[in-house]
Amino acid sequence: MLVLDLALKSLRNRAFSTSLTVGSIALSFALLIGVENVRVGMRQSFSNTISQTDLIVGTKGGTIQLLLYSVFGMGAPTENVSWEAYRQWAEHPAVEWTIPYSLGDSHRGFRVVGTNEDFYRHYRYRGGQEIALAEGRANTDLFDVTLGADVAAELNYAMGDEISVTHGLGEIGFVTHDHMPFTVVGILDKTFTPVDRAIYVTLEGMEAIHWEDGAPPASDDGHAHDEEAEAAHDEDDHAHDEEDEPAHDEDDHSHDEEDEPVHDEDDHAHDDEAEAAPADDGHAHAGDIAIEDVEVRQVTSFFVGTTDRRDVLQLQRDINDFEDEPMMAVLPGVALNEMWQGLGYAETGLRLVAIFVVLVGLLGMLVSLYTSLNERRREMAILRAVGAGPNRIVALLVLESVCLAAAGALAGLAVVYGLLAAGQSVVEAQVGLFIPIRPPGPIELLLLGAVVTAGFLMGFVPAFKAYRTALHDGLAVRV
Amino acid sequence: MSLAIDVRGLRFRYGGGPWVLDIPELTLERGSRAFLFGPSGSGKTTLLGVLAGVLEATEGEVRVLGEDLAALSGARRDAFRAEHIGYVFQMFNLIPYLSVLDNIALPARMNAERRARLDGAGVKETAALLADHLHIGDLLKKPVTELSVGQQQRVAACRALIGAPELIVADEPTSSLDFDRRETFLELLFKECERAGSTLVFVSHDRTLEGMFSRNISLPDVNKAVL
Ligand SMILES: Nc1ncnc2c1ncn2[C@@H]1O[C@H](COP(=O)(O)OP(=O)(O)O)[C@@H](O)[C@H]1O
Ligand SMILES: [Mg+2]
Repeated sequence: MLVLDLALKSLRNRAFSTSLTVGSIALSFALLIGVENVRVGMRQSFSNTISQTDLIVGTKGGTIQLLLYSVFGMGAPTENVSWEAYRQWAEHPAVEWTIPYSLGDSHRGFRVVGTNEDFYRHYRYRGGQEIALAEGRANTDLFDVTLGADVAAELNYAMGDEISVTHGLGEIGFVTHDHMPFTVVGILDKTFTPVDRAIYVTLEGMEAIHWEDGAPPASDDGHAHDEEAEAAHDEDDHAHDEEDEPAHDEDDHSHDEEDEPVHDEDDHAHDDEAEAAPADDGHAHAGDIAIEDVEVRQVTSFFVGTTDRRDVLQLQRDINDFEDEPMMAVLPGVALNEMWQGLGYAETGLRLVAIFVVLVGLLGMLVSLYTSLNERRREMAILRAVGAGPNRIVALLVLESVCLAAAGALAGLAVVYGLLAAGQSVVEAQVGLFIPIRPPGPIELLLLGAVVTAGFLMGFVPAFKAYRTALHDGLAVRV
Repeated sequence: MSLAIDVRGLRFRYGGGPWVLDIPELTLERGSRAFLFGPSGSGKTTLLGVLAGVLEATEGEVRVLGEDLAALSGARRDAFRAEHIGYVFQMFNLIPYLSVLDNIALPARMNAERRARLDGAGVKETAALLADHLHIGDLLKKPVTELSVGQQQRVAACRALIGAPELIVADEPTSSLDFDRRETFLELLFKECERAGSTLVFVSHDRTLEGMFSRNISLPDVNKAVL
């Protein structure tokens, strides 16, 4: 206790250099903890990119690939899922809701996503927030588009603007459908998720984009397109039945139509077809086609919400074992986790930099302690003369170093919490990164411990020098 | 056993340097007031360092208060010094970041033996009492940096005296004082040494004080290393 008392008083005596040292350690430690907090926030917001979705389903392939194209709007699948297969699983008793997605097109570098009203109804992000419209309405008609917030902002689009959509993912698509104008009917609120960077059209609209000449294909073409669907149907009649029985909302029409050109046994929907089937010459114009006339043949992937979460794993297994089509269901939490792990090197890099900054801060402390020793030779001689052994001299300097490191680290924590308290809402509003304020957790305590330990170890450098000098000087320090 | 200091064949040098001390024999009775003089550089401070067990004799035998210092481990020597020796420097005696009171109390806080010899009185009370005896009782709360040199030396004397160590070693404590103050300082120091029953070794290059001591030792005479 005597040595601690001496150490503290000695540090206080050198208040200026002490506060400089503590300040530099505090800032560097604040950086380290800040990085840690941002990392936690990033991770949380990453795994909250979607929430309340139990399964993401697509064609068989890589888990991360499925996650990438269906959640993050990156890359594309090689295969799609047939509409029949999608409906079959959508009707599964364990399934409460689904959101179908049809992907693969872009507009000036932004994804065009075909989906339906289920997207607005069921999509959740960041712990249950819903998709909301900043302006206008949800896209419901064939040539309606709703824009993600970033799309509207970056491309300077406003309500009522007409845009064209290209087939393919490039900035400039390979066919530009100038004659197929889509009209902006709504702009979404900012979500700070990939939702902001997509353009939403109906599933039917997405089909329309794929028409070769801006008109629906003749029914003959249907065969070529629908081989998968056919196959699925032949083997899976019961699924087919289920599909048609419940009262479907908007899906129903397109669904029926899809089957009709191919399957003659589907009688009940024939009226629709008769009226709406595009002319055989295939030169209908955008304005002439009603959404009911378009048949959706396939989806790229779909999100699934279950009625009872306990069924999720069984459902996943069933989908993975689905024999009619190669399909795959992933748990978004698990997949996101896996993906985050894949990004781990970035985290590690960030952390490494922060650790180096702290080391530099501690080295500054070492330098300041070391250089102060020359002025303190007298003090050491006096301490030796009144009975302090070399051990006590070493203990004194190590303690000073530990105190500096600990004070710096604690001050650094205070800086972090102060900044968080002041800036949390600003950061959230500006970059959508919510950094939670939480009491120091095991990581903070670990880092605190590490810094104090480093201070302790570094303290031995000046301590050893003081020890040597004190022994060599004896009591004969020149005055 | 009545010898406070008993040095035989002592030789000392710093590292691989020249011999600084070469003392065939030097003894000092307990209870004496010795005056050790010699010109600057004659090894006075070095000898005190050896006697206090801060420096280790390169050769020879050094007994202080009957204890063979060479036989003690480093830690034991430090403890021995803390228990039995009070030390006063020429100047800059005080730890700048401690108050007058804390400076005086330091050896007692550093060592249980010295505390035990306070006869039940508290460290602070004893420090205050000693300060009174040396006429600096009103300075206890002052930062040491605000004291005059004479006041600082009295604080240093109090610190050496607290806990009544058997041997008080003073290394030119009066060199920076004028003559009158030297005498007063010495008289107060003598009185306190007597009260505590301590042996005093007083070092100076200035022989004017010679007459006040019971024993005078000329270091150049006993130290053959000085040419
Ligand atoms: N720490 C040291 N390292 C090397 N030489 C020293 C050291 N201290 C003193 N000396 C040398 O030892 C000799 C005696 O010095 P010192 O004991 O201080 O003499 P005094 O106290 O009589 O003036 C001098 O020549 C001095 O240069
Ligand atoms: Mg000297």
